[in-house]
Amino acid sequence: MRLFRHELRGELLLYTRSRELAFFTFLLPIVFFVLLGSTYGDDTVDGVKGSHFLEAGMIGYGAISIAFAGLAIVLVIRRETGILKRLRATPLPAWAYVSALLSAFLIAFAVEVVAILVLGRVLFGIPFPDRIGSLTLALLLGAISFCGLGIGLTALIRSAEGASAVVNAIYLPAAFLAGAFFSPRHFPAVLRAIADVLPLTYFLRLIRNVMLHGEQIWTQGTNVAVIAAWGVLGVVIALRSFRWEPHEG
Amino acid sequence: MSAIVVRDLRKSYGALEAVGGISFEVERGEVFGLLGPNGAGKTTTVEILEGYRPRDGGVVEVLGADPATAEGEWREQIGVVLQSSAMYETLTAREMLRLFAGYYRKPRPVDEVVKLVGLEEKADERVRRLSGGQRRRLDLGLALVGDPELIFLDEPTTGFDPRARRRAWDTIRSLRSLGKTILLTTHYLDEAEHLADRVAVLSHGVVVAAGTPAELTGSVAATEITYRENGREVVLETDEPTRVLHELTTKALAEDRELEGLVVRRPSLEEVYLTLTEEHSE
Repeated sequence: MRLFRHELRGELLLYTRSRELAFFTFLLPIVFFVLLGSTYGDDTVDGVKGSHFLEAGMIGYGAISIAFAGLAIVLVIRRETGILKRLRATPLPAWAYVSALLSAFLIAFAVEVVAILVLGRVLFGIPFPDRIGSLTLALLLGAISFCGLGIGLTALIRSAEGASAVVNAIYLPAAFLAGAFFSPRHFPAVLRAIADVLPLTYFLRLIRNVMLHGEQIWTQGTNVAVIAAWGVLGVVIALRSFRWEPHEG
Repeated sequence: MSAIVVRDLRKSYGALEAVGGISFEVERGEVFGLLGPNGAGKTTTVEILEGYRPRDGGVVEVLGADPATAEGEWREQIGVVLQSSAMYETLTAREMLRLFAGYYRKPRPVDEVVKLVGLEEKADERVRRLSGGQRRRLDLGLALVGDPELIFLDEPTTGFDPRARRRAWDTIRSLRSLGKTILLTTHYLDEAEHLADRVAVLSHGVVVAAGTPAELTGSVAATEITYRENGREVVLETDEPTRVLHELTTKALAEDRELEGLVVRRPSLEEVYLTLTEEHSE
């Protein structure tokens, strides 16, 4: 436990020191929230006010940015530069390292959610959500599943240089297709078919149902099941092919 | 008890035999050098001893434990410097040391480590702003911060300029005087000669020679006597330099002749090493 706390402090320091993480995974969802909110915030989207629709979307976008994209990029870079290998030579156990790393990213996501909610309230007058318990559980489920997928993805990336490219090529289109920025209702059928398998689609449905329609998480069986299944898939890939050492040459 | 015991260690990667049955022992408090050209099997050997790689055969004991199965407690006593200095670029040197210190139960005070590796002036500089030599010293500091008994240094000065190498050598010597056991790999002869109490020369995965640097230079070779006669260079190799030289000079004196450019030379470890590793590759 002492090792976990020590490593968590280190990981939080590392997170705040990283300009790339701070901007691309943490600030960008907030920037999009402000920009898009001021363009269609007052319109009606899928039966709710645009800014409300967008706020939930940006929380989902934040989850995939931080827990999936940020985590995957950080892990690949640490693996390929040899930091993971270096850590293996110390008495720090793998469980303490991985749990502290995930906790740091979950904390970053929690701060992000609070920032978006406060900003939504101040800029667009969006009331705070009232299903706090369900929302917390839903966010935790999504963030952990995206962490699992992020770690699983590292198995498919072989170089530090490729990390950002591969990750961006996956999560940015995914965020768009799943409807984080705009309602996917009027997308062409092909795109909606793709969106129908993406975990973010179900995560967005889940948090919109909780935040905008007052649903509780236990009424959301399908959404919860699909998100969890994706998370389990990521963890299975991670357990089977996670490596500590860089690829040679 | 020896710090490291290796007996008939074997390791292959596919069809390639990287380590073909090597044996050596490292005593406590000793600096032991594994010497050899690139691809001789040094890093494979060290990484097996560090617990990174499984072996195919043989017996390995490091501080009384098998590195393939040892964990936590054993790692408290081991310090590792890998070939690449991987570090968090955004932390300062001191923060990096503090982070690693926290992984050990009884770390050495961070300020002491900073001094030991000579980074006092750069301690609060971000890692990314350190020079290659400074990074390498910080890397050494990370290996020392747990106050280990045994330290593995894999090519600790590769890519250093001569001054930085001297500094690194001083640091390694000061570790030795602290009573630490050090296993060092290098392809620099002079490094082994300066630092190691004993050396094993590896070539193509086997030990081709072992002993103190002095024994190695003594074992192979003959002393070399060169001079010029009628503008021609004459080279004599002999195991009895005193007798040969005496005969040579007696004769020259009798003929009232100068032995021009007379040089009597013991081969350096470098030449011994080249001979050994070349012989082996043929």
